[in-house]
Amino acid sequence: MGYEINEEKVFNSGHAACPGCSEALALRFILNTLGKDAIAVVPPSCIAIISGPQPLSSMSIPVYQTTLEASAASAAGIKRALISKGNNHTNVVAIAGDGGTYDIGFQALSAAAERNEDIIYICLDNEGYMNTGTQKSSATPSMAFTTSTPAGKLSPKKNVPEIMVAHNIPYMATATTGYPDDLARKVKRAMEIKGGLRFINILTPCLAGWGIPDSAGPKTSRLAVQSGMYPLYEVENGESYTLNYGPNGLSVADYVTTQKRYRHLLAEDIELIQAEVDHSWERLQKKF
Amino acid sequence: MKADSNRLLLSGNHAVSHAVKLVKPNVMPVYPITPQTPILELITEFHAAGEMTGEIMTMESEHSAMAAAITASLTGVRVFTATASQGLLLMHEMLHYAAGARAPIVMFNVNRTLGSPWGFWPDQTDSLAQRDTGWIQYYCENGQESHDTTLQAFRVAEQILLPTMVIHEAFYVSHSMEAVEIATQDQVDAYLPEFNPPHRLDPQIGESWGNTVSQIMFQNHRRDMGDAMERVLDVAKKADQELEELVGRGYGIHEQYRCEGAEFIIVTMGSMTGTARDAVDELRSEGLPVGLLKIKLFRPFPVADVREILSGIPKLMVLDRNYAPGTGGILYQELKAALYGLEGAPEIHGYLAGVGGTNISPANIKEMVHSAMGEKPVAHSVWKG
Ligand SMILES: Cc1ncc(C[n+]2csc(CCOP(=O)(O)OP(=O)(O)O)c2C)c(N)n1
Ligand code: SF4
Ligand SMILES: [Mg+2]
Repeated sequence: MGYEINEEKVFNSGHAACPGCSEALALRFILNTLGKDAIAVVPPSCIAIISGPQPLSSMSIPVYQTTLEASAASAAGIKRALISKGNNHTNVVAIAGDGGTYDIGFQALSAAAERNEDIIYICLDNEGYMNTGTQKSSATPSMAFTTSTPAGKLSPKKNVPEIMVAHNIPYMATATTGYPDDLARKVKRAMEIKGGLRFINILTPCLAGWGIPDSAGPKTSRLAVQSGMYPLYEVENGESYTLNYGPNGLSVADYVTTQKRYRHLLAEDIELIQAEVDHSWERLQKKF
Repeated sequence: MKADSNRLLLSGNHAVSHAVKLVKPNVMPVYPITPQTPILELITEFHAAGEMTGEIMTMESEHSAMAAAITASLTGVRVFTATASQGLLLMHEMLHYAAGARAPIVMFNVNRTLGSPWGFWPDQTDSLAQRDTGWIQYYCENGQESHDTTLQAFRVAEQILLPTMVIHEAFYVSHSMEAVEIATQDQVDAYLPEFNPPHRLDPQIGESWGNTVSQIMFQNHRRDMGDAMERVLDVAKKADQELEELVGRGYGIHEQYRCEGAEFIIVTMGSMTGTARDAVDELRSEGLPVGLLKIKLFRPFPVADVREILSGIPKLMVLDRNYAPGTGGILYQELKAALYGLEGAPEIHGYLAGVGGTNISPANIKEMVHSAMGEKPVAHSVWKG
């Protein structure tokens, strides 16, 4: 996409992520794009582990660690306090997991979007509750194994990106770590647009939770896009859709067969997921 | 010197809103619940009319209201919110979080019964159930006291860096109209210094909050909170005296009414106090040596003061408009604990009176006193109506 990543060092090495973790990579591009005039809000999640523990911090900006369901409200409280002091420049960013976003924190997120809170909300979506040992969240895709869905999840992934678009927020984007320039550009775009909640959902393959080798994060991330499981797109003001990267001929089988969380799938299961993906892509394509 | 008179006919709730207006909070997250709603409505009216500035946040839940209150406070600004009953319980997780974060939020709570089943009645169980959250708690008996105590609460919270809850009961106080003397802006400006904490969320400073800590760091932090709570007793007494010097009204952190020569003391908290005062007057005129102790500051509990006041008094009667199944009246439990081991400690009758909002009259209280005088107390709370 021709975007040149411009990093200001905010995210530091020596953090506690699993070696090869996609979330650490995502945090690097998010924080180093945001720069030092920012305050982050982080709920319990792998992100909190990567950010802490006291007295250490991997992030050279103030980080407020909140409760699991409160990220959007906590970020909004900071922003309003800054506004009340006449500070309109500091970016306030909530960086939460998919459990903290799609499930327990969704009420606060939806409300902050409705109130046009001037915050950036980023979901690091590793498709499950990884910090507690890989349980299902509503971001877990169909048929994936988690420790709370040992026979595979029986319902599809909740479409939070489209739900956020339906809030008519100024900016919604999907991104993933296999496309770092696209990811960093979207953070930059979110910073440029002010006056409302900007939401970015970032797919971050989890090594342990998905059953992939330490070196496979970026490759898995790219397969998710190329198979059509996770198209990269952005939407401004709830209606102006732009496709960045979509499926390029790879199939769901190409994606799922590299991950242990799908190893129980039969050929017909994969076909069912393929049909689901084809259907979603067909619906999404009409919007570009 | 007393400033010009500024008396208005106000409900207890509106007396609180007037105090909040004078205090000028920067951020006010709000969420409606009966019987608190009039507090927030008058604040938003003041705001819409340009009489108040600051950020009003119309939240989607009390949980989020408290979440936003905490971070706004940690960003270094003055914060107010109000709630009641179910709303307070929904906040429970964040109440602990606020205290741990040492966020000096002031919140008004209007006591109301807790479901299930539903009810709208005065009952102190909602706030008393939050007694272990690390919040300072004040109980008020009328709108004037709620107005003045809200002012004090900001002063104490911001000096101590602990969140503070000011409380009055549903309807008996929240919706009763009384003449209330409103403090003047000059008085409040003189009373409350600007809130400008050195530690706050600020990229220029770079400090963070909430990170995972070790066991001993956690323990030390809890001890610090305990030390802060202990300091509250003196700071709250001083805050009360200082306000009294400005506005001519003081309450103490507890009040003794006609305790000279008393051999029997009634202990109350909140709106029951006014009723008990009437009962004491009547009993005194019958020649009975009865006095009254009102507990206003409930957290921290003024243990040393209570031991001193009650030492040598033969009998107490504690009235609880709250109920914890399995232990009984909460004020009764607290008093028994506070008096443990005291030489010449009084016998204590714990009476559950007015639980669920039932009306307790001066005559009821007199009856209770008469029966308590002729009986040995039992070791648990007794239902009285
Ligand atoms: C109210 C509450 N319930 C449960 C938890 C336990 N908990 C901590 S992290 C977590 C999982 C969060 O999952 P997600 O948001 O997807 O982040 P991830 O761990 O995957 O990074 C849970 C359930 C909690 N901290 N708070
Ligand atoms: S469990 Fe997964 S998401 Fe969490 S740090 Fe490890 S690789 Fe990253
Ligand atoms: Mg997750």
